[in-house]
Amino acid sequence: MYQYIIRRTLVFIPMLFALTVIVFTLALLAPGDAFTGKSLADPNVDPEVYERQREEAGLNDAIPVQYGRWISNVAQGDFGKSLVFNGRSVSELIEARLANTLYLGLFSLFITLVVSIPIGIYSAKHPYSLLDYGATGFGFLGLAIPNFFFGLIAIYVLAIQLDWFPAQGTLDEPGMTGIEALKSRLHHMVLPGITLGLAGTATYMRYMRSEVLDVLGSDYIRTARAKGMSDRNVLYKHTLRNALIPIITLMGFEIGMLLSGAVITEQVFNYPGLGTLFLSSVVNRDFPVVMAIAMLLGILILVGNLLADIFYSIIDPRIRYD
Amino acid sequence: MQSTPQHTFSTDPDNQPQDDQLKSRSPFQLAMRRFLRNKLAVISVFVILIIIILSVMAPVFTDQDPEQTDLFKIEEHPSKENILGTNGQGQDNFARLLYGGRVSLIVGFSAMTFTLLIGVVLGSIAGYYGGIIDNIIMRAADIMLMLPFLVLALTIMAIVDRVTIPFFITIIALTTWPSLTRIIRGTYLSLREQEFVLGARAIGASDFRIVFKHFIPNAIGPIVVNATLMMASYIIIESALSFIGFGIPQPTPTWGNMISEAQNVRILRDHPEAWIPPGFAILITVLAINFIGDGLRDAFDPKSSQR
Repeated sequence: MYQYIIRRTLVFIPMLFALTVIVFTLALLAPGDAFTGKSLADPNVDPEVYERQREEAGLNDAIPVQYGRWISNVAQGDFGKSLVFNGRSVSELIEARLANTLYLGLFSLFITLVVSIPIGIYSAKHPYSLLDYGATGFGFLGLAIPNFFFGLIAIYVLAIQLDWFPAQGTLDEPGMTGIEALKSRLHHMVLPGITLGLAGTATYMRYMRSEVLDVLGSDYIRTARAKGMSDRNVLYKHTLRNALIPIITLMGFEIGMLLSGAVITEQVFNYPGLGTLFLSSVVNRDFPVVMAIAMLLGILILVGNLLADIFYSIIDPRIRYD
Repeated sequence: MQSTPQHTFSTDPDNQPQDDQLKSRSPFQLAMRRFLRNKLAVISVFVILIIIILSVMAPVFTDQDPEQTDLFKIEEHPSKENILGTNGQGQDNFARLLYGGRVSLIVGFSAMTFTLLIGVVLGSIAGYYGGIIDNIIMRAADIMLMLPFLVLALTIMAIVDRVTIPFFITIIALTTWPSLTRIIRGTYLSLREQEFVLGARAIGASDFRIVFKHFIPNAIGPIVVNATLMMASYIIIESALSFIGFGIPQPTPTWGNMISEAQNVRILRDHPEAWIPPGFAILITVLAINFIGDGLRDAFDPKSSQR
């Protein structure tokens, strides 16, 4: 097991390397830079000023040289300084945003699981019931609706028309503390959380239903019933443990989807997370920030896949990695 | 999806040889028959046809130019002339809705075709030859699958000054090819060991002929199903990227950049007629394509519908 984890991690290092090289090269190929803006320089500024700024930031060196400098700094835990936010360090910028995105991601995952697993089980226990049909319909809709459109509808109905939830941000007032802050934060996360979790909820629900149906039809469930086990025990002790396996794998692999979805969802709700920071950094050509976020997302995806594999072997002892 | 040999008994009424006429049906024809019996899928085909007609024949349904800006008619409410009002640049929303369908469908379809092309070529090479080539292609696919798609796509879109439709399609195809390639390769691996392939090789069929005459027809089920479902996701990806401003830019109308107007609170609050119709257009198109995909899956693999 440990060997397996180590091997997987080692395999990931070249992938991470490939990702950073690709993103780095692409970012530097872009016309314009953080000082001149997207493509054209401001004609009112002496070109020499730009030249000096570029020289100071090291943007005039060859791409491999710049990459080498960047990667050796990263190896020492230094992601450099933002070129746009007046030289604030990238780690500092990302730290605050990362926490927001993680809260949002976990909250949406929580909603997803709490909604999808019970409904999936119910659908499987009572197939072709009214609720089962409803859930199937919801599943199709949830997968077909673009999450930004759903987010806008949620804002329009629940925030603007009914005024139940705030439409953007994370806190009512900056600098809130304690229970009040927590309440306000949760209140702000309801709409983006549901929006972000919608597609996942639909997917998990469908998987859960078909898995439970599959397991309920298997021989060992018939055996368990035959020896007089109660329905409850059959469901919780035998069925769920097996039906949850694909859900857990799915969760690991969905981390990437969740983070990609967060980029769009955060934009809709103007939520100050990694996604909005990434978008604005890409637009502003703030490479140090773009690179750091790209790398962070890559690592999160790896960890997600790895965790899925590990949980997989805990929940199903038949699976061995060696 | 394997063709059932005629001499075995099958509980599926379609496969039972009742008379000579039935014998001549190919597995593909049988699948199509099953597909046509799926009401939801058939209705969806009609829905897609209607959307195609509306967007292709857009000039028939509106005489407004979707790209024409008019500074004297900004953010107008619906009127006889502008059925869905106008947007922030004074462009007619209804015309943009109709013409926007063209872009969504073209992007979805072309990106799917492009990905399919990459997938069939790479998947065929990897699955047919195996060995080192297979290893190289599949490791490349692994790396692509691990990379966060959006990070890569956004960085590339940010680089170019102006995203054109062909460029957009190329980027989408080049960043999403691995999943289809994997599926095709997987199907080939199981086909490779079967007797009829050995037979074809024994009578001296060329590699090219084996792949095109024996492998692709046998793998057509999973290929068609996955390509269909992929097209739906490409339409969503296009609209999402256009929504955050990294897709196909103004003045070209797309459903995504129409909804993007709603990032302005004034339009979001006061002009739901401007952003709700394109959202529903995406929803209905994607829903219909997904139903068709599911219908095709059930048709090609009757076992899957029992779930």
